[in-house]
Amino acid sequence: MAAILKPMPNHPLDQKSGSSPALTVRGLSIFFGTHEVLKKVDIDIAARAVTAIIGPSGCGKSTFLRAINRMHELNPDARMEGEIRLFGDNIYSRDVEAVMVRRRVGMVFQKSNPFPTMSIAENVTVGLRLNGVRDRRILTERTEESLRMAALWDEVKDRLNDPAISLSGGQQQRLCIARALAVQPEVLLMDEPASALDPLATQKIEDLIIELKKDYTIVIVTHNMQQAARSSDATAFFYLGELVEYGPTTKIFTNPAQKRTEDYVTGRFG
Amino acid sequence: MTANNHRWRKAKNSFMQALTMVCAVLVILPLLLVFFHLVTQGATSINWAFFTQLPKPVGEVGGGVANAIVGTFTLIVLASLLGVPVGVLGGVFLSEYAYPRLNWWLRFTADVINGVPSITWGMVVYGLIVVPIAVPFHGIVKSVDPERHLVTVQNPAGNARSFTIGPQTRWNLDAGTGVESVPPGTAVIVAFHMDGSRQVAEQINAPSAWRLALLRLAALHDSVSGFSTLAGGLVLGLMMIPLIMRTTEEVLQLVPSGYREAALALGIAQWRMIAQIVVRTATKGIVTGVLLALARVAGETAPLLFTAFGNNYWTHKLTQPIDALPLKIYNYAISPYDDWHRQAWAGALVLILLVCTINVGVRILTRDRFSGRKP
Repeated sequence: MAAILKPMPNHPLDQKSGSSPALTVRGLSIFFGTHEVLKKVDIDIAARAVTAIIGPSGCGKSTFLRAINRMHELNPDARMEGEIRLFGDNIYSRDVEAVMVRRRVGMVFQKSNPFPTMSIAENVTVGLRLNGVRDRRILTERTEESLRMAALWDEVKDRLNDPAISLSGGQQQRLCIARALAVQPEVLLMDEPASALDPLATQKIEDLIIELKKDYTIVIVTHNMQQAARSSDATAFFYLGELVEYGPTTKIFTNPAQKRTEDYVTGRFG
Repeated sequence: MTANNHRWRKAKNSFMQALTMVCAVLVILPLLLVFFHLVTQGATSINWAFFTQLPKPVGEVGGGVANAIVGTFTLIVLASLLGVPVGVLGGVFLSEYAYPRLNWWLRFTADVINGVPSITWGMVVYGLIVVPIAVPFHGIVKSVDPERHLVTVQNPAGNARSFTIGPQTRWNLDAGTGVESVPPGTAVIVAFHMDGSRQVAEQINAPSAWRLALLRLAALHDSVSGFSTLAGGLVLGLMMIPLIMRTTEEVLQLVPSGYREAALALGIAQWRMIAQIVVRTATKGIVTGVLLALARVAGETAPLLFTAFGNNYWTHKLTQPIDALPLKIYNYAISPYDDWHRQAWAGALVLILLVCTINVGVRILTRDRFSGRKP
């Protein structure tokens, strides 16, 4: 991990903590065909903190998230401009492969998607195994470690070899988080991770997010204002592909600088 | 709307419903008829000998079709060796790699090929493989007997064989016809063709590269005709490719894209994601497609007439003709012997049972396609 980085003063949290950001995004524009989905976004995302991305549907927040681990490239019409640095490394550099970026930047999706042909344990270790890790001891260790971090260990430790899809929806989503954690990423992206879950399961995911930020940089896209307010440190409001406002979560929700932000967080539109 | 009008509409509705139902039930009728007929005609001829013995010579009652049953399985295995890997990998390409124009053409071609009559396949392989390989002998001319139109040729293994030359046989375009054009010492490749009921030898002067390659292969070839197990397996395998390709593509498309994204987001390389996640998730569907393709080609007769040809004995080499159940049924059915007719019925019954078994197996496999592994 690149340690020598100059502090980015324009990050709202860094101003007080003085730590360097995990992600520095400069002039990021994403086009799908001729449609400009993201427009010149500049943002710094703090390490070991939770950053929430909010905004109405179609505002580009998911595209922004997917640009961070180059998942948007799965769309053959996608094109990007600008720069994203992950702890100083340009992830769009010519000599960097998307696969390498994705090993450093994990992702959890809206719909939980454990692999149905695999057991609980196999799901956790799949990222390691398919990247060439064969050592059973490491795999076993990492299984427990990841499941503990995802607060799922106590619920599944007696049935690690059961099929993953025998778990409940909330457990499946935590399994997906464990699966992402097992490859030890530096950043964890979450695309509406709790939107398909009931309130109790949502609560567990939120607790988990707060727990995980001790070790991980988390960027979470959410439609749920309360969720953003409860679990994030900084919040970015996107609207029509533009970053409208970015600041500490308390400020965004209590005293936003922009009228559009205020209208959105108070539920007047979006 | 009047009450009368309403009654009329109801009557029309009932009539159309009944009509569609009758048509739907008509689907089942032929199967029941076929099955009933096969059982009444063929069941009595099915016995232990039918499965374990070779055909008896003409006139002798009894015997079996053991070689045809084994032949059918041999051909299916050979066809699968070609059709399954090519078909599955082709389907993976169509489903997982986006080259819209190329994929459109591949799909279109596969669909057209799927509609090509099977006898056409037989002719294609006959022309490409069977005819060029129809070489009993290649070697050096040892002696010539112009009186009896006889040429003796010795092959590299030292075996000599004599061939009758027809007066019209064109040995060499430049040197004219007849045996005079092949003095002893000439290297010749001899091929047969039928002239009336007579087999006539013909030297091939300038074999094409393709033919030459096949002839090299034919050095280990014993068949006078060029018909072979390999050609039979090849034609069935070629027929399987587009079938398996399209079904594989379809079942891979059923795998939710979320699994692909999840795997890629873990930093797994695309080909590993495809092999270990996508194909593994769709395995049952792929196996189903393969089995259906097998069931389809297992009953093919026409392409085998041109390629595997049929054989009343055991086949010991892949370069020899081989028997298959559909061929046996065909050959026995057009024969004038009652006992063979009975055996043809029995063979048809065994064949349809085989195909039904595969289909039922497919149903069982697909029934729990989306349920997980049992704890």
